[in-house]
Amino acid sequence: MLRSLISQLRTLGTVLQHSFTRAETVEYPEQKPYLAPRYRGRIVLTRDPDGDERCVACNLCAVACPVDCIALQQGVREDGRWYPEFFRINFSRCIMCGMCEEACPTAAIQLTPDFEMCEYDRQSMVYEKEHLLIDGTGKYHDYNFYRVSGLKIFGKDKGEALNEEPPVDVKSLLP
Amino acid sequence: MPVIKVDGKDYEVAEGGNLLESCLGLGLDLPYFCWHPAMGSIGACRQCAVVQYQNEEDTRGRIVMACMTPVTDGAIFDLSGERASGFRQTVVESLMVDHPHDCPVCAEGGECHLQDMTVMTGHRDRHYRGTKKTYRNQYLGPLIHHEMNRCITCYRCTRFYRDYAGGTDLAALAAHDHVYFGRHREGTLESPFAGNLVEVCPTGVFTDKSLVHDYTRKWDLQSAPSVCTSCGVGCNTLPGERYGRLKRIHNRYNPAVNGYFLCDRGRFGGTHVNAESRIDFPAQRDSEGRFQALTDEACARALRDRLQGKRLAGIGSPRAGAEANLLLQRLVGAENYASGMADDEHALMQRALAHLVNSTAHNPSLREIESADAVLLLGEDLTHTAARTALALRQAVRNEAHRLAEELRLAPWQDAAIRNLAQDRRSPLHVVCAGSTDLDDIAAGHYRLVAADQARLASDIAAIIRGEARSDGAAARIAADLLAAERPLVLSGPGAGSAALLDGAAAIAEALVAAGKAAMLSFTAAECNSMGQALLCRDSHIALAALASTDAEVLIILENDLLRRLPMASVEALRARIPTWIGIDCLENDTLARCDLVLPAAAFTETEATYINQEGRAQRAFPTHPPAEARRPAWRWLLDLARAAGDRTLSGIGHFDDIGVTLAGEDPLLQGIASAAPDHSFRSRGLKIPRQPHRYSGRTAMRADVSVHEPRQTDDADSALAFSMEGSATTDRPGALLSYVWSPGWNSNQSLHKFQSEIGGALRGEGSGLRLLDSLAVAAATPAPLPEAFSRREQEWLLQARHHLFGSDELSRLGSGIEALTGRAAIYLHPEDASRLGLEAGDGAVIAGAALEVRLDPSQVPGSAGFSTGYPETLALRSGEWVNIDVASDWQRQPELIGSDRGAAS
Ligand code: SF4
Ligand code: SF4
Ligand code: SF4
Ligand code: SF4
Ligand code: FES
Repeated sequence: MLRSLISQLRTLGTVLQHSFTRAETVEYPEQKPYLAPRYRGRIVLTRDPDGDERCVACNLCAVACPVDCIALQQGVREDGRWYPEFFRINFSRCIMCGMCEEACPTAAIQLTPDFEMCEYDRQSMVYEKEHLLIDGTGKYHDYNFYRVSGLKIFGKDKGEALNEEPPVDVKSLLP
Repeated sequence: MPVIKVDGKDYEVAEGGNLLESCLGLGLDLPYFCWHPAMGSIGACRQCAVVQYQNEEDTRGRIVMACMTPVTDGAIFDLSGERASGFRQTVVESLMVDHPHDCPVCAEGGECHLQDMTVMTGHRDRHYRGTKKTYRNQYLGPLIHHEMNRCITCYRCTRFYRDYAGGTDLAALAAHDHVYFGRHREGTLESPFAGNLVEVCPTGVFTDKSLVHDYTRKWDLQSAPSVCTSCGVGCNTLPGERYGRLKRIHNRYNPAVNGYFLCDRGRFGGTHVNAESRIDFPAQRDSEGRFQALTDEACARALRDRLQGKRLAGIGSPRAGAEANLLLQRLVGAENYASGMADDEHALMQRALAHLVNSTAHNPSLREIESADAVLLLGEDLTHTAARTALALRQAVRNEAHRLAEELRLAPWQDAAIRNLAQDRRSPLHVVCAGSTDLDDIAAGHYRLVAADQARLASDIAAIIRGEARSDGAAARIAADLLAAERPLVLSGPGAGSAALLDGAAAIAEALVAAGKAAMLSFTAAECNSMGQALLCRDSHIALAALASTDAEVLIILENDLLRRLPMASVEALRARIPTWIGIDCLENDTLARCDLVLPAAAFTETEATYINQEGRAQRAFPTHPPAEARRPAWRWLLDLARAAGDRTLSGIGHFDDIGVTLAGEDPLLQGIASAAPDHSFRSRGLKIPRQPHRYSGRTAMRADVSVHEPRQTDDADSALAFSMEGSATTDRPGALLSYVWSPGWNSNQSLHKFQSEIGGALRGEGSGLRLLDSLAVAAATPAPLPEAFSRREQEWLLQARHHLFGSDELSRLGSGIEALTGRAAIYLHPEDASRLGLEAGDGAVIAGAALEVRLDPSQVPGSAGFSTGYPETLALRSGEWVNIDVASDWQRQPELIGSDRGAAS
């Protein structure tokens, strides 16, 4: 009996104490909290350091997505690069889990600290590539998949990727 | 059966196999690359290493290659121990040293055997810090994409291409660690089976070119068990669809038919379903003769207006399923129903059917054809009319090698050893054809004769075998070879257009049976359901030519371009005679253009149908995806037509399976068709069978551009399959319902062994179609008169059809990549005949109004002229007709390109 009374009083005391500490809640939207760059909000498609689309339409983000809200179709550009002919995220389904970013082998798809995406019309939550593709490199500044990959594209011949030897001369018998 | 010990456990395994096969058969995961269930072992890749111990006392053991190690009673193996698995891991690591960083942009990714094996061995971190070797790719034609950097030198490609399929233009080139798998120079791969490289190569070196340019990963493809509709062999296929487009066709294993391989017509020809000329809406002609699209109600009204109380006639189709044809036959009445084959072809198919049913010789499956130890091929350029059968013959001639191997007690999977042993010794194959064929390279003898002489030769051979005649010419040589064999096979078909030839083939097989041989007799069929149409019309039928003299008021044409079956004048006469034409088809053609009402049919990837192949095997194809727009399966349109016409019996049919239930009655044929596959009520573990793999992505985004509210999955009330990723995808589901192959850790098609009861054997779920001819009775054919021997005429040439794998078939010629390979329709002349006519190769010649390119061919019988059959330009030409050949006046020669240069720019 006595013990529970003390407990009650201590609780009251703690509550009272909080009246004098600084408030954690902020006056959103006038005041915005600081969100770390790795916060998981609105998804973007980024560009490589040379300014070209990073996404190669490999479909790994789509298959990693637990709610299946990414759909795209691959195409091949004239310069030989794979790219998404369309790239669609249905944000009304997205749970901002970041699995797509983790799966992406080219650092193309990235989550950003922007979470303010409310809409009155659910249909407006469907983002196409034109809404997703940004002009910068996002969080990863240096990576350019095509400099590493063995695929020949315009401006990068066979043997010119990272760590590659010039193409072998199949007609030569020399060791 | 021997008992072996693997990782301390005893297993009973099949006699005569190798350890790799046995382990896979037991469900143990053992990585491999170079071994292939249809091609045996060569021990090249070193990936399947295990440790073998001499006896229980042996603690050191030695590393052996499982694929090269026979299983013997009491043998002791260590599969998962550190030594064996460590060795396998280093093998993969060394293969990966030069491997490009390509998976995201590699069309093999997600179904890559190399990825699977890398994960299976546990190799993860790259230790090698050196540079990677690179190669330049080659242009290999419009069908196959080449990316040589990804090669792991397992030699599967050349073993398939050269050893198994008899190709010559793909080889292992260059030296030491520079080995290069390609052609001596860029150009289109010549083998009609090159497409199998896509599946045989365990990496992304060879991929499907049209898929690479409109790519979808395997896990995103919706697929359903289907049957190839490009010829009469009836290979089993797995078409894959995404976003309403057919993306690719893969092989579907059927142990009795195609096994592991398809031909390129079947693999690449199916994409005609994506063609621009697909019809999407029903339409009828307005007063000015233009087609106007109809709404559903307007269409129903139009059908009622045109059909009620009218006398109907119908033309079926050998390229439509059995059910649609059956419905049409019942709707118009058998006496007003034409099979849809040209009248001469119809007669030939009836004859072939009668022989197959009544002959004492066995009517073999494709698998059984591979077991023949002597083959006589009569009048068919098989590689172009039934390509997969030609591949089977290439295996049949190796039976001599297997016999020699057996003498030395070499196991049949010892591939390299057996090839070394046999060298060029083959079981005899004799090819009798109007020109050279693509099987001549393995033939013991080839005889170039026009159809009439082929028939005469066949009759001579039969007489010699019966002992009624004697000769020392070709007939005697062939007869001797057939008589020396135990399982001789006689193979012919309607390709040469000769009834007497079919009789001759049957007579030879009959005589061989009488001589005590286990003889086999087989006929090819031109289209996927030609045999089905022969069966459906076995009792009654009206000839196409006779339709014009009926009093029908409405003609219903089911998936058939009449201009391919009848001369233009007869089509026009028929059109003038019957006031209303209703056409059901999937692609625009000249017959639809003459119709009053056009109904858009679902293509073969959108409809359920049973096709009956040349052997009389009923096989069910299921829709891969629901038809788009207002397209509907032909059988559904026919039910609508029946309702509009007021047909009581047919109006009662609601579902696909009801067609059989309602109409089969006592007819064993229809009962067989109805039971070709499990019906719609079949459930596996209480669930439907999914068409989409469990990793199918994008479901909540695919259609979100149209509406963010996802529609429910289309119901499939007609089959046990679901347009969904939910359901039961067990490895023992019936073979007829095998919608995709996948097993944990086995993402590539190599996972197939999980579905087989033994390697290369039956599927665990059974079901490879239903053979119908064994239980049917058909009246014997009256013998056709033996034609006069051929003698050339002064100013006229005898036409002989030449079939082209790419081009002679109506729909597959529109497949993506294939258009580039069909080339111009040509006339083939003996060089001397050509010079008499003043023609050179590449010139133009006019035959019966058609301008064709002249090709010179010394194998053409002088006095005869071969022509590319089935091309739009040659539809008026008929085999066996005598024609004049004139020089085309304003002919544009094609620029000097050799075939391999075609499209080299792309
Ligand atoms: S994982 Fe990355 S590269 Fe691949 S499709 Fe998604 S965004 Fe594009
Ligand atoms: S072959 Fe396989 S491992 Fe190599 S890049 Fe292609 S998907 Fe990746
Ligand atoms: S190309 Fe493919 S099949 Fe041929 S050796 Fe290389 S990896 Fe093997
Ligand atoms: S052989 Fe005939 S059925 Fe088989 S894949 Fe080729 S075209 Fe299709
Ligand atoms: S599979 Fe045994 S060595 Fe290649």
